[in-house]
Amino acid sequence: MDDDAVFKALADPTRRHLLDRLFEKGGRTQTELESDLPLTRFGVAKHLRILEAAGLVVIRRSGREKLHYLNPVPIRVIHDRWIDKYTVGPASALSDLRSRLEESE
Amino acid sequence: MSNDAMSIHPDEGREAVQVYQIFIKATPQAIWDAITRPEFTAQYFYGSRVETTAEVGTPFRYRAPDGETLWGDETVFESDPPHRLVVGWRSLYDEEAASEPASRITWEIEPQDGGFCLLTATHDHLEQSPITARNVAGAGWMMVLSGLKSVLETGSGLAA
Repeated sequence: MDDDAVFKALADPTRRHLLDRLFEKGGRTQTELESDLPLTRFGVAKHLRILEAAGLVVIRRSGREKLHYLNPVPIRVIHDRWIDKYTVGPASALSDLRSRLEESE
Repeated sequence: MSNDAMSIHPDEGREAVQVYQIFIKATPQAIWDAITRPEFTAQYFYGSRVETTAEVGTPFRYRAPDGETLWGDETVFESDPPHRLVVGWRSLYDEEAASEPASRITWEIEPQDGGFCLLTATHDHLEQSPITARNVAGAGWMMVLSGLKSVLETGSGLAA
């Protein structure tokens, strides 16, 4: 999965809002997702396409409806790749520093 | 079935579906093996070992790391190796969730360009199982899929 596409998709307040709406309740139609956004149908469709391309939204067909679901896995992958690395580093650096300071006392 | 038993509003059904998807650089067969063989699940499914022949109508179990306790004891509903596997789910590791009706997991493996596959895990039939739905959401399936990906792509912990 393309990390760039995920970061880019997340770098927009409207798209983050759409993800939050799908987190509250999955299986929404585009019409439902448009209801609280000051955007045209075309505008919302464009944001949903970017989210889908990044793998953050999965579309399932149910009869004539297209239902949108949040797929949080790409965010988890970024977490595993980036956040874990940086939280482990500084934490252990600080605890190393503390033990060295305590030893030298 | 009587109308009373089918009293679920159709709109509620949609919330009772969770979809998790991830691209993995591996063959469909490798992903299939990672789902159906214990030496793989032990590395990404909270240490549990799967027990299955992946044949329709046979048991599909997850054995806890202690080698005795069952975390899952359901059935294979559909099997089309190495592309599609549908199994039952009931979280036996949690007393409250275990008392809810069984739900369903559908694993789908779709080959993509560049040696990748798209793996989709759909957890549905959760209408009557809100505790299970809450338990597996959040970190639950995300950890499993992200772990499965890293086992297959980095081969971490794979002995021969």
